[in-house]
Amino acid sequence: MSEVIVITSGKGGVGKTTTTANIGTGLASIDATKKVVLIDTDIGLRNLDLVLGLENRIVYDIVDIVQGNCKIRQALIRDKKNENLFLLPAAQTKDKSAVSEAQMQELIKNLREEFDYIIIDCPAGIEQGFKNAIAAAEKAIVVTTPEIGPVRDADRIIGLLEANGLMQPKLIINRVKQNLVKQGDMMEIIDILEILAVDLLGVVPEDESIVASTNRGEPAVLDQNSRAGQAYRNIVNRMAGANIPLMDMEERNSFWKKFKGFLSK
Amino acid sequence: MFEFLEKLFGNKPASKSVAKERLRLVLIQDRSAMSPAMLDALKVDLIKVISGYMSIDIEALEVCLENENDSIALVCNIPILEMKRTKADN
Repeated sequence: MSEVIVITSGKGGVGKTTTTANIGTGLASIDATKKVVLIDTDIGLRNLDLVLGLENRIVYDIVDIVQGNCKIRQALIRDKKNENLFLLPAAQTKDKSAVSEAQMQELIKNLREEFDYIIIDCPAGIEQGFKNAIAAAEKAIVVTTPEIGPVRDADRIIGLLEANGLMQPKLIINRVKQNLVKQGDMMEIIDILEILAVDLLGVVPEDESIVASTNRGEPAVLDQNSRAGQAYRNIVNRMAGANIPLMDMEERNSFWKKFKGFLSK
Repeated sequence: MFEFLEKLFGNKPASKSVAKERLRLVLIQDRSAMSPAMLDALKVDLIKVISGYMSIDIEALEVCLENENDSIALVCNIPILEMKRTKADN
């Protein structure tokens, strides 16, 4: 029984693609019996291939499949490290109208035969690309950051998802800056949950190591020292059914904190 | 430093509270399915009806949806310039 999950946000730049890459990589690494495919539906502006470090292996893409230029299997790119993880890249030279909602549904119906998790990276916006991305999804994850613009857009997206039958999407609050929260200059998780009235899937702290992991094309979820990576590991474990409390957002920068952290392990 | 003192003495609310309040208000508008075009149309109709009874300051007229205790209200602020003695047909 496969799960088809769309990752969306409305607003661009909040970390949809990074989240997709980390969730996909994480799901494939915590359970070796599960096969995961990540679909980049951002046709014309593909990036998921870069975040996964697979950009040099693309031969065919999603538009080639729907146009009948290749078989699904030919367009799937196997991850470098995890043999159960695959990417279905977006086309870079076409636009969103190159794929229809019906074609998307057909494609995902076929992918269901082989994959346990089908994770769809949605483009920003609420136009055709968004409609395609949600057309065959059964569950939705909404990514936001704790700022008014992204939260407002998340609210709009939640409304649109529910209008399309994707009830009760789960929320990921990304790039939480604990120092700003402390000084009262960043909305708190509880405020955002109250405003959006959805369930929380996870909170990811602002983490500069994400830049480096994206530079390398190695998702942070595999980096045991990355705090964002830890947050993503918690998220995938929750998705797999584990009950894991929210991580401590405090920066563990002082020696004593590190020492205490070490003792409590 | 000055900002810090301001914060300390509570002259200026923390920006997260401002953000939360602004967001709350903007989401009421977003969620009530009323587009700005519809709100404008409502304004035009309101002006038409009310002008029969009193002359109003059209420029200063405000129509908005406000949320109080989890319910949305249509709030109109319509400055009256002059009352009419009898109902005039526009």
